[in-house]
Amino acid sequence: MNDTAKGLVSPKIATERVAASMAKRKKRERNFQRLGRSAIAVALAFLIVLFVSIFAKGIPGFFQYYVEIGVEIDREKLDPTGDLTLQSLYAGDARGVIRSSLYAELDVEGRSDKRAAGKLISQGAEQRLRKLVYDDPSLMGTKQTLRFALDDDVDSFLRGFIKRETPEKDRRINDKMIDYIDRLQAEGKIVYAFSDYLIFGSASRNPEMAGIYGAFIGSILTLTVCLLIAFPIGVATAIYLEEIAPKNRITEIIEININNLAAVPSVVFGILGLAVFIGIFGMPRSIPLIGGVVLALMTLPTIIISSRAAIRAVPPSVREAALGVGASQMQTIFHHVIPLAMPGMLTGTIIGMAQALGETAPLLMIGMVAFIVDVPGSVTDPGTVLPVQIFMWADFAERMFVQKTSAAIIILLAFLITMNAAAIIIRKKLERRW
Amino acid sequence: MTTIQIAASILFIGLIYFIICQSSARHLQVSISGRLHSRTQYYGFFAALMAWLPAYALLIVMAVGDDIVFQSLSLNFIPDEVQTDPDFNEIIAQAQIKNLVSGTNFGKQPDWAHAAADAWQRWIVTSARLTTVVCLSLALLGGFLGYYKVNPNFRSRNAVEGIVISLLAASSVIAILTTIGIVFSVVFESFRFFTLVPISEFLFGLTWNPQFEGAERAGSGQMGLSTYGSVPLFAGTMLVSIVALTVAVPVGLFSAIYLSEYASDRARGVVKPLMELLAGVPTVVYGFFAALTVAPFVRSMGLSLGLDVASESALAAGLVMGIMIIPFISSLSDDVIRAVPQALREASYALGSTQNETIRQVVLPAALPGVVASVLLAVSRAVGETMIVVMAAGLAANLSLNPLDAVTTVTAQIVTILVGDQEFESAKTLSAFALALTLIIITLGLNFIALHVVKKYREQYE
Repeated sequence: MNDTAKGLVSPKIATERVAASMAKRKKRERNFQRLGRSAIAVALAFLIVLFVSIFAKGIPGFFQYYVEIGVEIDREKLDPTGDLTLQSLYAGDARGVIRSSLYAELDVEGRSDKRAAGKLISQGAEQRLRKLVYDDPSLMGTKQTLRFALDDDVDSFLRGFIKRETPEKDRRINDKMIDYIDRLQAEGKIVYAFSDYLIFGSASRNPEMAGIYGAFIGSILTLTVCLLIAFPIGVATAIYLEEIAPKNRITEIIEININNLAAVPSVVFGILGLAVFIGIFGMPRSIPLIGGVVLALMTLPTIIISSRAAIRAVPPSVREAALGVGASQMQTIFHHVIPLAMPGMLTGTIIGMAQALGETAPLLMIGMVAFIVDVPGSVTDPGTVLPVQIFMWADFAERMFVQKTSAAIIILLAFLITMNAAAIIIRKKLERRW
Repeated sequence: MTTIQIAASILFIGLIYFIICQSSARHLQVSISGRLHSRTQYYGFFAALMAWLPAYALLIVMAVGDDIVFQSLSLNFIPDEVQTDPDFNEIIAQAQIKNLVSGTNFGKQPDWAHAAADAWQRWIVTSARLTTVVCLSLALLGGFLGYYKVNPNFRSRNAVEGIVISLLAASSVIAILTTIGIVFSVVFESFRFFTLVPISEFLFGLTWNPQFEGAERAGSGQMGLSTYGSVPLFAGTMLVSIVALTVAVPVGLFSAIYLSEYASDRARGVVKPLMELLAGVPTVVYGFFAALTVAPFVRSMGLSLGLDVASESALAAGLVMGIMIIPFISSLSDDVIRAVPQALREASYALGSTQNETIRQVVLPAALPGVVASVLLAVSRAVGETMIVVMAAGLAANLSLNPLDAVTTVTAQIVTILVGDQEFESAKTLSAFALALTLIIITLGLNFIALHVVKKYREQYE
């Protein structure tokens, strides 16, 4: 009874019923689409907030405040033994030379005034003066207008992070210093310029002197080791699994293994490095060599999986043609398949390298987080890498480190985006569709 | 010579042999009017491989192995009366000797340590000389063997290809070796940890407090103060992951649906790479963003609502982790949704359903296994994520399910325990390995289930 009532209605009633429900269904359709659009909007909003917040903090980090003062380069004070060697320069009183020029500039007398004035200039200034006269001894005995970095507290004051209104005892610079800063500024002696310390400076606890140079070299060394290990092994594994390996149990185990390795959290690779390379092999900590090996093991699955896809995309007709004219299996692979699959392999490798460049956790495990001032000269010198440097700076309390960290992040992101763009371009330009 | 110089010399020797053997094969070819078995360069390759492979293999063994040998030899210098002393610790003794060797010794060391260090330094010199002589002569000898083999009957191409195939096969074994390395390094140390701390305490204990050092020297049995109950860590990991998934699953899934079903090709071409940009951002950057931008924002929001928010809250870390895993969910789900055959959609349209009815009642059920797998993979990503939680979630091991509290996670603890100098023997260090073991089991388990779900419930349409 019910069935007939439901199933057999006249076309007219049916049309009416559908029409009645249509408005509701269309509204639902619109809502559903809106939901989808807002999901994308949310994701893109996150992206924008992330980039804007990094760039807003980071762009000022590429600049810092310097002071320009006339310095009497007094040979006797700077170079006591007079032979212009580094030892002699270090024994000399570069700090005194700079300070007395500053005192002359500001007309300060008295100990407490001098102490306040002395705190304006970064500790890196003396090092810079030494390097200047070491590189160009003809400057000795002349008077030069030199540019020195201001101390990070002064920098933060000039940027407005340390407020003038704050009571004197609560801020890190006192009223006298503010007075000196105002006078220097009024005379146009304080300049806001591109921060050469950021690019060429090495790790330092003084934010105004800290730079990424050492970490950058460390990153290059680590990535070189990683590439030299991961690329040949990854490609060789891909070739073996795609072209040569018999389809048997062992091959299957290797394949499952590679997929599992791709799922292992990166920090575990660091533990592997710590336990095997440092614990069992007794290799030193913090060296780019181990960092590179650990990152290579981590990126291997990425490279293998994309290289296999690239090899698989080469049509069988190419192989058959080569075999047909008498090439051996190896000649077919090395002369025909690999060149055709190379763009795909390179794309995967670049993406893997970008992953390795941004990776932090495994390198913390093997001690690349140590505070190292020297720039590593080889893969067995202790060093650190860019992301770890960012991690360490993010932990420091000084306000100026926030800008420096953000600036370092911008540099890192620029490299990553360039690498990924290169991968996309290689894929678009060189990859052949069959 | 240093290792790198030796490696370069071996490379050079191989290249020289390549040139010599190829040209001698060419001469041979001319003199016997072209009846060589293989093309001439294969004779060169064979000689070069013979020069390189044994020499490099030996070089690697020597470079890695010398320290291990020195270490065991140096123990002979420790007098018996010291070794039998109950306070004697072999690892500390080795560290004493090593510090003397590397010149980073502070304080006074016993005479035997100085004797061992002196001997060690002599060994380094001897071993460097020995390595140079042996490796280079091996390279010369191997290459000469290759040269000796240049004759019309030698099938050099087959020999070279045989060597190359075994090299390719050997590299595919590296993946297995890595897994074995991971499993052994983690399992072995975990077992040592479980001899110090009962496994039941580790799995079910409700307080995690490894901070009391000194009293817990291995084997001394003074475990009194430290507690190794991992429940708060796993609760923290779960809490952060749940927050992350609450953000990432709806956003990722709806983006995937919109991109695959509604968006024009142009919009898709712009939006998809932008979303994948989120996956390319290094985790340390997310950590910095979480700690410096999101956490203060969450805190001030909470305070303005009258809520007490910890400055390092699970909410902030979870939110940012959610942003990080959006692209994992969206791009995997996108692939799965696009793989649903068009015929299913058209059949549904033909019955009069609207597009969203089709998506909800036809496409999504068909794509469900893949979507579930993508969510599981995202969970495993969230559980294994390290830097965001290290930088933004804090280290306080609170057992709490309130996302406004500070919690800590398994990965964050592993990093804090293992960063910096540590003794391999203390229960605190070993506990990190036990945590890593559970972490591996969880992530691999999730991965396994995800693959299984896809395999078992995938609809085969064609």
